[in-house]
Amino acid sequence: MNKLNGIHLNHNKGTKKCETTDFPLPKTLVIPMSQHMGAPCDCLVKKGDEVTVGQKIGDTGAFMSAPIHSPASGTVADVIDYLLPNGAVCKAAVIETDGNQTVCPDINPPEITDRQSFIAAVRESGLTGLGGAGFPTHIKLNYDAVKTPIDTLIINAAECEPYITSDYRELMERTTDVIEGILLVQKYLGIPLCKVCIENNKPDAIELMKSKTADIKSIEILTLPSAYPQGAEKVIVYSATGRIVAEGELPSNQGVMVMNVSTVAEIYRYTQTGMPLITRRITVDGDAVTKNAGNYFVPIGTKVSEILEYCGAEEAKKVLYGGPMMGLCLYDTDQPVLKNNNAILAFKEGSLPKTTACIRCGRCVRTCPFELMPVMIEKAYNAKDVEELKRLKVTLCMNCGCCSYACPAHRPLAEINQLAKALIPRK
Amino acid sequence: MKGLFVSPSPHRATNMSTAKIMLMVIIALLPSAAAGCIFFGPRAAAVLAVCVISCVVFEALSRIVMKREQTVSDLSAIVTGLLLGMNLPATIPFYIAVIGSFIAIVIVKQLFGGIGQNFANPAIAARIVLMLSFTPQMSNWVKPYWYSNAVDAETSATPLAAQWLNYTENGSSFKMAPFTLSEMFWGETGGCIGETCAAMLILGGLFLIITKVISAATPVAFIGSFALLTFIYTGSLTETAYDVLAGGLLIGAFFMATDYATTPITTKGKIIFGIGCGLITFIIRTFGSFPEGVSFSILLMNLLTPYIDRLTKTSPFGAKKPVKAEKN
Ligand code: SF4
Ligand code: SF4
Repeated sequence: MNKLNGIHLNHNKGTKKCETTDFPLPKTLVIPMSQHMGAPCDCLVKKGDEVTVGQKIGDTGAFMSAPIHSPASGTVADVIDYLLPNGAVCKAAVIETDGNQTVCPDINPPEITDRQSFIAAVRESGLTGLGGAGFPTHIKLNYDAVKTPIDTLIINAAECEPYITSDYRELMERTTDVIEGILLVQKYLGIPLCKVCIENNKPDAIELMKSKTADIKSIEILTLPSAYPQGAEKVIVYSATGRIVAEGELPSNQGVMVMNVSTVAEIYRYTQTGMPLITRRITVDGDAVTKNAGNYFVPIGTKVSEILEYCGAEEAKKVLYGGPMMGLCLYDTDQPVLKNNNAILAFKEGSLPKTTACIRCGRCVRTCPFELMPVMIEKAYNAKDVEELKRLKVTLCMNCGCCSYACPAHRPLAEINQLAKALIPRK
Repeated sequence: MKGLFVSPSPHRATNMSTAKIMLMVIIALLPSAAAGCIFFGPRAAAVLAVCVISCVVFEALSRIVMKREQTVSDLSAIVTGLLLGMNLPATIPFYIAVIGSFIAIVIVKQLFGGIGQNFANPAIAARIVLMLSFTPQMSNWVKPYWYSNAVDAETSATPLAAQWLNYTENGSSFKMAPFTLSEMFWGETGGCIGETCAAMLILGGLFLIITKVISAATPVAFIGSFALLTFIYTGSLTETAYDVLAGGLLIGAFFMATDYATTPITTKGKIIFGIGCGLITFIIRTFGSFPEGVSFSILLMNLLTPYIDRLTKTSPFGAKKPVKAEKN
């Protein structure tokens, strides 16, 4: 098995030791009805409605979707049109919290007897992939067990992005939830083996998990080298099993399912309490954060500006959802925390080094985990040569950013790859 | 709060830059350049200075005339000037050195769009043009330390030229030219300013390999294939070592065949490039009508680089080969 390429980054995991605390409940929450790929939810509440903690406020009959719940009790102040980062517009419920946190009377642990009821319960929990991509979890679980049987569940606890420690804190603080969650998935889906993949820069988490799973035969703890992008889906599948998820395939084609560690723990918590996904553990860090850097349970819908204020990062020039390698820039700090967020990073410095001419040094090719050739993709993109772009397999690019990072001419190669992908007609 | 800086990911960048890479190459070249100055005196230093300064001036002027962004600060013109100077004899008239700089920077590099765009190595192309246009001046070699009184200022043959004369005039077999292997290794022989001191060239080359500025693939393939062919042909290890140390092989293999712009990108491509250079150098040196073939071999392989690049595309992780339409 070859080692895939990648880069070594400063880990900057300064919030490692920060135990998670509850973020003070904000006065206002803004909850968009579209928080991940797939269909947006219909807003189930209207202006003036009273809501309670855990009450379902958004849902849809569409296949690729997950319901949305209220993280607080209070009043719906308004239902507004909300501009998503991708340019689309969806509805968003604005909730004025009353501070009482009255729990919705319908909250009860779900009844689970078999695979179908398990998947239905996961859907009701509103759970989406918590690692970043935000794929609705129940769809992932509802794979075709006949056509693509799955023999290995991979738990992604690599957390290879710098700064972020929220998955690490999940492992340390809620070890039992993680293990019970794994066992539940294994039980109801009939997956014989689980491999929990943790990067070797978290030795205490590895130790803890090893000791707690010592007599569970079906769970294996794997130590992976810390190298970015270890936690990317295809990379972690390869590192954990040696299997290659080929072009156009899903991990299920290779008999594996990858789940983020916080997602699997959340499944267990929901089955015990019936409380859907309404808060996220968020790492708040970055050089613009002047106080209170750490991990917080933040109600979904909390405006990022409240977090920045709490952490003294009002002077930030650049604010990210997620890590510095793949994170998304906020254009307005009134944007809220969403289900798939795991970090808010604030930096003093916004701009990157100036772009200069490509010197054909080949570093972009040498660092790409998938051995793509960004230098040639850029040329083909400029020439709008779609056939060449197909030959160069630009559609395989996962936007990990290693190429842009490594380029001494600081060319925005990863970005160009995404633009180039858009030129290729979809089948 | 609005007015945030928004850019696509990633939000981190390496602290490497083109200028830093060029600076490393300059550092790697300095020991051999210094050795050249010690052997061939102040005149050698003056030639290097003329080349570097004229290259930088031509680079700056070309960018101004073409109304393009100024690129002098990327230091690549200094590298070209240094390499060109190191590939000239210490006795070269200054105006010829300036003509060489003009060819390298203006014609070979800037007319094709500047750094990264040229298809031939500027210093090599300039050296070849000068060699063909000013043959006598370009082969006016002097003995090391000719500038001091200890040695009379007579001209000297380079190891290769001596060997070649020996070969063509006295007939068949290779005969050792009048230099010992140790003189060859330390560079106390006739030749271009920067090509004689094998020890310092290897030191500089290793520095670039260790700092990952260049890949070891090219020099290993180049020197290795050349040495192997020479050994098979001559059957003598000493002869092989002599030929490897002689002429521009080491400076070519470490510093010119590793130029980013004009050589293949992938490791496979670099190996093909290196072997091609080794083979052509061997053929020219052994059977050709020039004593030296390194420059020609690199130039020829430069021309093949786009094809090598096309042939050695990587096969991406998990890529499926296009399914060929089945014939009925
Ligand atoms: S890393 Fe940058 S400079 Fe080097 S080949 Fe790739 S695009 Fe060109
Ligand atoms: S962004 Fe795409 S091309 Fe660049 S290193 Fe990552 S996978 Fe490779």
